[in-house]
Amino acid sequence: MKAITANRLRDGEVVFLGEGGRWVESFAEAALFARAEADGVLAAAKETAERERFGVDIYAFEVVEQDGVPVPATMRERIRTAGPTVRTDLGKQAA
Amino acid sequence: MNHIAPGARAGIYHYDEIDRQFVAERVEQFRKQVERRLAGELTEEEFKPVRLMNGLYLQLHAYMLRIAVPYGVMSAVQLRKLSDIGRKYDKGYGHFTTRQNLQYNWIRLEDTPAILHELAEVDMHALQTSGNCVRNVTTDPFVGAARDEVVDGRVYAEILRQWTTMHPEFTYLPRKFKIAISGAASDRAAVRIHDVGLLARRNDKGEPGFSFYVGGGLGRSPFVGKLVREWVAQEDFVAYLEAILRVYNQYGRRDNIYKARIKILVHELGLEKFTQEVEEEFARLRGPKYRLDPEIVEGIRGHFAPPPFEELPDHSDALERAKAADPAFANWLAVNVAEHKAPGYAIATVSLKPAGGIPGDATCEQMDLVADLAERYSFGELRVTHVQNLVLAHVKKDDLYDLWKRLDAAELGSANAGLIGDIIACPGLDYCALANARSIPLAQAISARFADPVRQRTIGELGIKISGCINACGHHHVGAIGILGVDKKGTEYYQITVGGDPTLTTAIGDILGPAVTETETVDAIEAIVDVYLANRAGEGERFIDTLARVGHAPFKERIYAAD
Ligand code: HEM
Ligand code: SF4
Repeated sequence: MKAITANRLRDGEVVFLGEGGRWVESFAEAALFARAEADGVLAAAKETAERERFGVDIYAFEVVEQDGVPVPATMRERIRTAGPTVRTDLGKQAA
Repeated sequence: MNHIAPGARAGIYHYDEIDRQFVAERVEQFRKQVERRLAGELTEEEFKPVRLMNGLYLQLHAYMLRIAVPYGVMSAVQLRKLSDIGRKYDKGYGHFTTRQNLQYNWIRLEDTPAILHELAEVDMHALQTSGNCVRNVTTDPFVGAARDEVVDGRVYAEILRQWTTMHPEFTYLPRKFKIAISGAASDRAAVRIHDVGLLARRNDKGEPGFSFYVGGGLGRSPFVGKLVREWVAQEDFVAYLEAILRVYNQYGRRDNIYKARIKILVHELGLEKFTQEVEEEFARLRGPKYRLDPEIVEGIRGHFAPPPFEELPDHSDALERAKAADPAFANWLAVNVAEHKAPGYAIATVSLKPAGGIPGDATCEQMDLVADLAERYSFGELRVTHVQNLVLAHVKKDDLYDLWKRLDAAELGSANAGLIGDIIACPGLDYCALANARSIPLAQAISARFADPVRQRTIGELGIKISGCINACGHHHVGAIGILGVDKKGTEYYQITVGGDPTLTTAIGDILGPAVTETETVDAIEAIVDVYLANRAGEGERFIDTLARVGHAPFKERIYAAD
């Protein structure tokens, strides 16, 4: 599985592509794509994001299931979805 | 009373109207560029180089803004402004870096012009903190205060700041360019790991001049800077550096980012050929246009006139009494306080490394406190060090105990300067978009493991330096113990090097063995320390000296015995 992410242009906030092409702030609301499908969605998302001046640095990342819950496969993406591991009072995990 | 009125500045370069207007214009220019980007008139591809030229990166969680602190010296007023910005536009803290700069990690693009405007109010900016230009020139954090100082490096760093800022020829070099200057007998500026490292000294007649080291640098291919010229007279200082930059600009590789630094050029051309090219260019340049006029030097020196020191005896009874009464203070004094050139004064290092803390982070409250203390005890100025600490450079010995008590109450009084708890760590995977592994949690775990100040002093001088990737922002190559984060199939691993040295006797550390996991790393560090303590020839023998004497074998055996 894959999810698609970006940083919001105006403030840098980490965002994810949600259902219906909407960008969401929480990974829990991110849409998940089958690997074969992800490339096409990513290309379309890049195009709209640039046109709508919404996000930068858009890419797809790997998601795996852990205890029945989807989680980012790499530490890097886990840190982006939650916040710094050394400051749990900061980032999305603080909310 | 030895403190000066809030707002007044000692030992700080004052911008003139030209500087001020220039920075103001650049802020307005960037404001318009941001507006155009947000309005869609600029694409990201067009905008990215522009934002980088203003010190604005995109990192994991947000934009990161890097603020230049010229040669690491700033006023209390400037630090208070950095604190204000951290509170208003960031998340209540800032991070001091190995380049003597400050970084904010949670900046919004749309706020950046306002931040730059506020910075300009206190003569600060983020220009040339990124990009292929001459970066912020760094120097000894004890500059102007150290007892072993021969030449005041600030004067020449400031000349370089003025000469290189927006120099049209040096704005698009093959790669970034970092210069460090040291003017003392001991090197506290790591000059030989910079593109150009300058060692200021005096000749028999007492005239100032420079030894030029070229081609040092860390990163993917670490090199120790090589001596290109033993003596360059002051009047030729600009001409010689210009000659080096020209040769680099002409011959440096632009086709391959990994081969673009001057260290590769020096390596590939060979020292002899490189020196010959520089000397030829220097011979062409030398002349009235590039001659550094002594009057200009004196004019700039005037900005760095010593603060109004009182005439004091070097011995302080108050200090001796406090030392006898409070062992924790006595320990801090022995570790964090250095000799000052003015009798009765001392240089105090403010550790940004509490046990288990994040190296280099300072909360806005801590910044405000240090600004207050700088005004009260150190003529309103302070310094950032390349090991991510702060320095109050001119403290009366009589005041040291009061100073320490106030620092200690704010978790700024750790007695660990130069010891095992004084760890450099880059932001690593917790913040940095380029990282392979986290650096900060390791630094925290190691500093917690060695929290005991008595144990730290028993171990003695030992620098641990951690980078989250091969770019080496955490200087791991020159750590007595260096730790490099690597990624092995999605898992964080750490490669340990030993024997690095950032001082004039610069050495790049050697890899000890295969990379290990995070928990294994902390144990491995402890094992290395144990082997050192068991093998050292008396208490005076430093870790790197023991290592040089006994070699790697006993350390390897201990760590990799099970394999
Ligand atoms: C606290 C944050 C940082 C500090 C203290 C820092 C400082 C440094 C230092 C001291 C070096 C070694 C330079 C040398 O080779 O002489 C370095 C290298 C490098 N840094 Fe950083 N840096 C930081 C963050 C970043 C960020 C955010 C980026 C990129 C977005 C970055 C990119 C690089 C690269 C690419 C190199 C290798 C350059 C080379 O040697 O050619 N650094 N940095
Ligand atoms: S060493 Fe690597 S991980 Fe650390 S700050 Fe530099 S680029 Fe980032």
